[in-house]
Amino acid sequence: MTVAKKKTQPSFNELPDENGHFGRYGGRFVAETLMQALDELEEAYENSKQDANFQAEFDRDLADYVGRPSPLYFAERWSRELGGAQIYLKREDLNHTGAHKVNNTIGQALLAKRMGKTRIIAETGAGQHGVASATVAARLGLECVVYMGAEDIERQAPNVYRMKLLGAKVVPVTSGSATLKDALNEAMRDWVTNIDNTFYIIGTVAGPHPYPEMVRNFQTVIGREAREQIQRHTGRLPDALIACVGGGSNAIGLFYPFLNDDSVAMYGVEAAGEGLNTGHHAAPLCAGSPGVLHGNRTYLMEDKDGQIIPTHSISAGLDYPGVGPEHAWLKDIGRAKYVAISDDEAMTAFHSLTRIEGIIPALESSHALSYAMKLAPQMKQDETIVVNLSGRGDKDINTVAKLEGIQL
Amino acid sequence: MSRIASCFAELKTQGRKALIPYITAGDPQPQATVELMHSLVEAGADLLELGVPFSDPMADGPAIQAACERALVHHVSLHDVLEMVAEFRKINNHTPVILMGYLNPVEIMGYKTFAQQADKVGVDGLLTVDLPPEESHDLVEELNQNGIDPIFLAAPTSTAERLEKIAHAGSGFLYYVSFKGVTGANALDVDSVAKKLNQIRQITPLPVGVGFGIRDAESAAQIARVADAVVVGSAIVKQIAAHANDMQKIKIEVTKLVGSMRAAMDAMTRQAA
Repeated sequence: MTVAKKKTQPSFNELPDENGHFGRYGGRFVAETLMQALDELEEAYENSKQDANFQAEFDRDLADYVGRPSPLYFAERWSRELGGAQIYLKREDLNHTGAHKVNNTIGQALLAKRMGKTRIIAETGAGQHGVASATVAARLGLECVVYMGAEDIERQAPNVYRMKLLGAKVVPVTSGSATLKDALNEAMRDWVTNIDNTFYIIGTVAGPHPYPEMVRNFQTVIGREAREQIQRHTGRLPDALIACVGGGSNAIGLFYPFLNDDSVAMYGVEAAGEGLNTGHHAAPLCAGSPGVLHGNRTYLMEDKDGQIIPTHSISAGLDYPGVGPEHAWLKDIGRAKYVAISDDEAMTAFHSLTRIEGIIPALESSHALSYAMKLAPQMKQDETIVVNLSGRGDKDINTVAKLEGIQL
Repeated sequence: MSRIASCFAELKTQGRKALIPYITAGDPQPQATVELMHSLVEAGADLLELGVPFSDPMADGPAIQAACERALVHHVSLHDVLEMVAEFRKINNHTPVILMGYLNPVEIMGYKTFAQQADKVGVDGLLTVDLPPEESHDLVEELNQNGIDPIFLAAPTSTAERLEKIAHAGSGFLYYVSFKGVTGANALDVDSVAKKLNQIRQITPLPVGVGFGIRDAESAAQIARVADAVVVGSAIVKQIAAHANDMQKIKIEVTKLVGSMRAAMDAMTRQAA
């Protein structure tokens, strides 16, 4: 098979640079009030990297609290059904709280504690990051406020209730399009107001430096484990990796440890919504252009005047007009390929995996699974694909039922 | 000397402080803006800050967020804003106009194109809220080449080291954000502002304007005591929102508010003299 391979760089693991740039992307585009806080965060984060105790505590929490390592499961029946490459699922859905998000919130909450912050804020789309933030806040006894678009609150009711059970305050955001991007705006406004005691846990590999690097590094546990596990299963590296991309944290977590493995192709799957040609989608890498939003330069869904345009996806977690700057860079240099899957295609994959493997995937992850359904049949039977099953689908059953006209 | 620099120089010789009202371009509708700009000058504005509407105004409170949304209903673009300034300049060639907004619309137009067109229509300064000095090199170069002052924010959280960077990158004046928060919040503390301005003045000779949280004649006069310029945004924008369907009423209320601030500031400076 043909894959995007360019040997223009000796290593893909050297960015960001000291100013947080991935090529022309990334950086730190925020109001002055936040600059000092970002400097402090960067310093605390750099120190934590050198601190063996911090690393040991992080690893211990991932093992005993999150339940890592997450299994790499050979989806034998599904692979046979698709009739091509052998598909392995990285089971991030089995993590405590049901998605990969918790890897990052554990790391950032430990950092918040280290920095003496008493209050945590977070934005959330699907609610997974909000739940993961509320969870670690409960465990560490920190106050937690989660900003969530009013529209997302509607479609992710179970997660909203979970956050409340965990003691978090969920603040509905009605400005703009009332989705994830507006929740992020509102979280930034909170942060700038309460900067002295508040730690902002960003849920994805976007935002101002050092967030894209920091969140990536907390999530690379996914790829490190998968790299070891697949070699135990098959005796070699996989031929392709597939992960869904909203902001892109589960994807970069899987991709990063493989970036220098030339033989491994990587596919980031964006949300094509009702179709890329309809304009109702959330695929900035496939159909957007570079710009500056939420603290970083990256690909955006924007109009000719530079206004951010409304996005659409069946999955709240992918419904975001930007994307992590490292993905923007990986796209431009050709190391990873970015594709898009429509709402309908994701739904088909959702049902397919549920019925054939007995695993209900999140609608976000269903986008990655759908691309596997396209790619696998084009590959040979002795080739392998690792798909990041980034979250479980329990939170989506209301959405799915509603779409199919079923009253729960 | 730029229009901004000469404005501040002249005010200094008169022993007066600058009043800088802010409105969002296109709020409540595009036809209103130029007329409102003239009204603001008549009411006593020395410089004008014209907001470029943006879909995601992260540093702004509810009043200016809503103003952006009202303007964006009419799809007011950066290009439209430049045309409004050109229209304003047909009558007024002396009041400095500063565009204030977020980087992305400027980024999408292109730094060079923006700087050239802005210069051509008579824009004097640009303040992009989400562009700290560290990321500003390319834009500042284009602005400088076209005689437009890059105006940067300083904040209560800015360290001495950062204030140096800010002072070095900017010209025209320095905009001090009076508190940690978003525009329009009620958190003004004149004493802490005064303290920080002392620190800033030891670092730069640039005039210092203070904004965020100045809502009436009294707070304007208090800030005028310590700053070179007083910036008022949300308080004006709220008047526009309250009377969005009645242009005459907007003009009356905005003129009343700005006029009262002007009078209080001038009374304060006369008293100080």
